[in-house]
Amino acid sequence: MSVVLEVSNIRKSFGGINAVNGVSFDVQEGEILGLIGPNGCGKSTLFNCILGQLTPSAGEVKVDGKVVTGMRPSDLNGLGVSRTFQLLQVFPKLSVRENLILAGQEHQGNMLSRLIGPSDAGLTEAANQMIGFFKLDHLANEPAGGLSYGQQKLLDAAMAFMGGPRLVLLDEPAGGVNLTMLADLKDRLAAINREKRATFVVIEHNMEFVMSLCTRVMVMAEGKVLAVGRPDEIRANPAVIEAYLGH
Amino acid sequence: MTAAKYLKIGFGIVVIAALIIVPMNFNRYGLFILSQWAVMTIAAMGLNLTLGYAGQVSLAQGAFVGIGAYTAAIMTSNGLPLIGALGVAIVLCFAIGWILGYPALRVQHHYLAFVTLAFSTLAFLVFRNEDWLTKGIYGISNIPRPELFGYPTRRPLPFYYVCLGSLGIVSLAVWWLIRSPWGRAFIALRENPVRALSLGIDTRRYTLMAFAIGSALGGVAGTLYAPLTQYVDPVPFHLSLSLDLLMMVIVGGSGFFFGPFLGAMIAVLLPEWLRFTQGYYLMLYAIAVILLLIYSPTGILGILDRFISERRTKAASAQRAVAKAKLEVTP
Repeated sequence: MSVVLEVSNIRKSFGGINAVNGVSFDVQEGEILGLIGPNGCGKSTLFNCILGQLTPSAGEVKVDGKVVTGMRPSDLNGLGVSRTFQLLQVFPKLSVRENLILAGQEHQGNMLSRLIGPSDAGLTEAANQMIGFFKLDHLANEPAGGLSYGQQKLLDAAMAFMGGPRLVLLDEPAGGVNLTMLADLKDRLAAINREKRATFVVIEHNMEFVMSLCTRVMVMAEGKVLAVGRPDEIRANPAVIEAYLGH
Repeated sequence: MTAAKYLKIGFGIVVIAALIIVPMNFNRYGLFILSQWAVMTIAAMGLNLTLGYAGQVSLAQGAFVGIGAYTAAIMTSNGLPLIGALGVAIVLCFAIGWILGYPALRVQHHYLAFVTLAFSTLAFLVFRNEDWLTKGIYGISNIPRPELFGYPTRRPLPFYYVCLGSLGIVSLAVWWLIRSPWGRAFIALRENPVRALSLGIDTRRYTLMAFAIGSALGGVAGTLYAPLTQYVDPVPFHLSLSLDLLMMVIVGGSGFFFGPFLGAMIAVLLPEWLRFTQGYYLMLYAIAVILLLIYSPTGILGILDRFISERRTKAASAQRAVAKAKLEVTP
């Protein structure tokens, strides 16, 4: 097993606030790492620093051993790193299928072939498979904006997988999703992890979801790593109970 | 679904046939106005690509029409063929449009509007002050109309067909572009650049391309404008042309393929139809545009789009109701 993501001593401050204050961790290939912690502890800021949406004030990020600190998100995506955002980020006017084709098209050919080649970039089949995989079949031609919140959330996650990524960072995939759909989502994520050997880092507040899906959990508090361990270890950790889980 | 498709194709054929046949009886002036519509539609299609699809505000499209027009005027009055001028205008406007796209990588919306407005003014000053090249305020007259496959197009009807044919070719090219992955990337750029970037879409490159291609189409329109009017001076390429083109895109329906056709029709033909009101036509025109934008900020095609999606929603909920009723019947 190799290390896919290596984060060392990342810091990010906004004015006088240290949102992320020296965070280091590794993610092994095929692992699902859960990232939990109270609101405002720096989870999303950490994601943004890893993924190039923000430039960290200090520290280093490596993907497959290559330094990618401050790299543009589109270039990072080209290296097989994909993400979802905390707030819904689908393209409401495009159909579900078009959203998925868009999510994968930049991984097909080059600028020229995307101009003169087929309009679906050869992705209709792959998009249909993804639609089937996430059980969105009956909605394939609907504009994404017309879907329910939970369905859009599924689509949002599905889009992150269209480019066949090695590493996916999911920011609260379960937020606002009802229980039935949540079970589906967990099941789908686990299946992709198993079948495609994709590596995940998941920010989530739903403990049941995190503890059952993740192989390892990292807890953050006030911009720092509070604890890392197996789900059962984290549940039993007194510091974590104190800071986040409660009694 | 197929019936609707046949209806669409049938309607398209009728419109194209009408555009070819009906003007045969038009007088000189009617043909001039219709040719102007075709030329302005091309320029507005370019702006629709930059603004409507890619979401980048530009108040410089008129300047690119000017660059195209002066390129054609200077080259053809020196005996060079119009098709050569077309090539030069496309390359020139593409390159300048690309450079003008750089500010869009840093600023957006009204800030970007100001940058492009400054460029528009700069281009106007060059047209007016660089006498050695543009003959300044005196302008360039006696611009020849081209020969096409040995046929002269000096007379209004043949030249109208040149404009219409060019509009046809540009329409096909733009249709292809917006259906391609590029078109999808442009829309992504407009709707949500942050998400687009995280999906590997090189927003920087696509922004520059949107500017460059849109500007090149402005150049194409200019190349036709010069032989159409056969006289080019700086006045028509003042900021007001850019604003007119902006209005065409918005009134027709920004981000809709057929928006510029409608918008240019309204901007070019409506003032002619309202001419009988004499001094009041500009006022009536302004009121009509204001009312339209209050009622439908997404333009004329926005009204149609809303109507269609409302019907679709109704049909879908009716279907759901039927499915639910069936479920309740079966135990």
